[in-house]
Amino acid sequence: MKPGPINRRRILLGGAILTTTAALAACTGNDTPSSAQTKGGDAVPNSSPGKAVTIGFSAPAADHGWIAAITGNARAQAATFSDVTLKTVEAGADAAAQRAALATLVSQKPDVIVVLPHDGKELNSFGLEAMKADIPVVNLDRAFPDALAYRLQIKGDNYGMGAAAGHYIGTRLTAAGTASPIIGEIAGIDSLELTQERSRGFKEALAVYGFSVANRRAAEFTADSGQREATNLLNALPTMDALWNHDDDQGIGVLAAISQASRGEFFMVGGAGSTAAIQTIQADNSVLKASVTYSPSMASSAIALARLIAQGRGMSDLVELAVPKEIVLASETITKDNAAGYLPLGF
Amino acid sequence: MSESIRRNLGLAAILIALFGIGFLTKPELYGDPGWLAGNIATILQQSAAIGVVTVGMTFVIIGGGIDLSVGAIVALAGVWSTTVDTQGFGAAGMVFTALAVGAGVGLVNGILIAYGRLVAFIATLAMLVAARGLAAQISGKQTQLSLNATINSLTTTKLLGIPLIVLIFAVVAAAGAVLLNRTTFGRRTIAVGGNPEAARLAGINVRGHTMLLYVLSGLCCGIGAVLLTSQATSAQAAMANLYELDAIAAAIIGGTLLSGGRGTITGAIFGVLVFSTITNLFAVNNLSTEAQNMVKGGIIIAAVLVQQIKFGSLTAFLHRQKAVTAPTT
Repeated sequence: MKPGPINRRRILLGGAILTTTAALAACTGNDTPSSAQTKGGDAVPNSSPGKAVTIGFSAPAADHGWIAAITGNARAQAATFSDVTLKTVEAGADAAAQRAALATLVSQKPDVIVVLPHDGKELNSFGLEAMKADIPVVNLDRAFPDALAYRLQIKGDNYGMGAAAGHYIGTRLTAAGTASPIIGEIAGIDSLELTQERSRGFKEALAVYGFSVANRRAAEFTADSGQREATNLLNALPTMDALWNHDDDQGIGVLAAISQASRGEFFMVGGAGSTAAIQTIQADNSVLKASVTYSPSMASSAIALARLIAQGRGMSDLVELAVPKEIVLASETITKDNAAGYLPLGF
Repeated sequence: MSESIRRNLGLAAILIALFGIGFLTKPELYGDPGWLAGNIATILQQSAAIGVVTVGMTFVIIGGGIDLSVGAIVALAGVWSTTVDTQGFGAAGMVFTALAVGAGVGLVNGILIAYGRLVAFIATLAMLVAARGLAAQISGKQTQLSLNATINSLTTTKLLGIPLIVLIFAVVAAAGAVLLNRTTFGRRTIAVGGNPEAARLAGINVRGHTMLLYVLSGLCCGIGAVLLTSQATSAQAAMANLYELDAIAAAIIGGTLLSGGRGTITGAIFGVLVFSTITNLFAVNNLSTEAQNMVKGGIIIAAVLVQQIKFGSLTAFLHRQKAVTAPTT
């Protein structure tokens, strides 16, 4: 198409419409500017002690560093409050065992229950029963599908985690001017919904830059499976530009495979944010240049918020008188520059 | 030509066919001799830990038993040998711990089965759960890094161009083959698995021998734990996930009879190599794990069917045919 006066005319017309709209919009206000809303004079900081409360807590007994950190964080956070008594129950090996454990917890009548279920769908009915019995439920990470089954849902963002990794890789490769880069992905357990969400986010974020995944392997969140899949992936891609590994725990094996194969032509992004990974990023002496968070710090926040719910208080920095109903953590990107700030949150 | 040699040739043909598929699908990689050599080294490395475990499993199955706890024993031995305290004793201390834990757990299995009269399936299933539980307890559910350079270098150090872990795998496999085929222990294993009552009447201490087979399996798990720890430069309670199924499957497609009394170490090693090669081939072609598992399942079924046709229905069928066609007098 030949550019010319028509285009210029369109631009002028568009500009005129915009100006008119803005002018009209400015005329619709009736109020004079008022002062910001506040809670009023009785607002006290959340840290100040309140009514003594008992918080029940249940998370799966897992053999993964992340889950171990969840329980550890919950205990540590509860210990910082003088007005909180924490009652933890071992959740056993499966959903049925956890349901039984939670039943005994309910019979002890805690003021609020924080639960990271084995499976959100399977334990949804527990949430409904507890809420019906007037015990508020804080649903941690694995979501109950039913909104009536929880008072507060606080969870990580698996899609956002993949998207964060995709954006970091996309931005870095674009900045480096790499045309049609070769990108590898080592996922976690493939049958889990969270793995699929992460991979979807990664794929869609890469697509924004016109990139795609050249090879994707699924490991099992363990170091030995990470080493196995990474070794095969490295063979499949004799040269690579970037690699995203979903989980820092299996990343120990992935990094081992990379050093065993004496490879280093690419950079790697981790996932979840383990202490070891953050330290490696900070040291900047390996291919691991970043990690996208899925922080077990959410357990600490869940305990802090459960306390407020039980005490009938809101969050002191927010205007509302009660704790919100849903909180989704943003997945943040840890790099060498900000690693120091994330070290205390590592697991 | 004996049946086992024919079977092993068949498995070798499958391996060659898998490489042929690789060449057809990724000629730019498989056609490069340097890449091909490196890839074969990768397959052998990835076979080392599970291969050593499979040697022990093959002995147990030939001896008429089953050991479902091998993956859990690898995890327990791996975790125990990588605790901070154990690592303080250096590489020798770590290796000793892994082997002692492996053999010790195997001994418990053996005593429960041989003298406690527990069914092997149940006893080792219980051990699977218990050993992983203990491993999780010891490790505090954390991944324990191996900071020992000697252990970690087993994967990277090469002797005559071959990584040490592959050499260890080869030595264990060769020792297993000699033990099974050339020693009294091997012949007793076949006798005990084939017909325990006849073995007992022939003067073999069936219970004592059965117990030793589980100790041997546990010891192999200990070695496997050292190899896997070296590769992953770490150990954790969930490591060696489902090794029991991989080891049983490799032994079975290698011609080991699940009911005992027959099988070869060479066949089992071929079985391990076939599985590792499939995993590698699927990775190189960027195919999903699901597809890979379906193919593995198909190969197991095919192998067992071939076995049944050869030894069960086919012989019975031929006998029937003979009976039908035999001239009546």
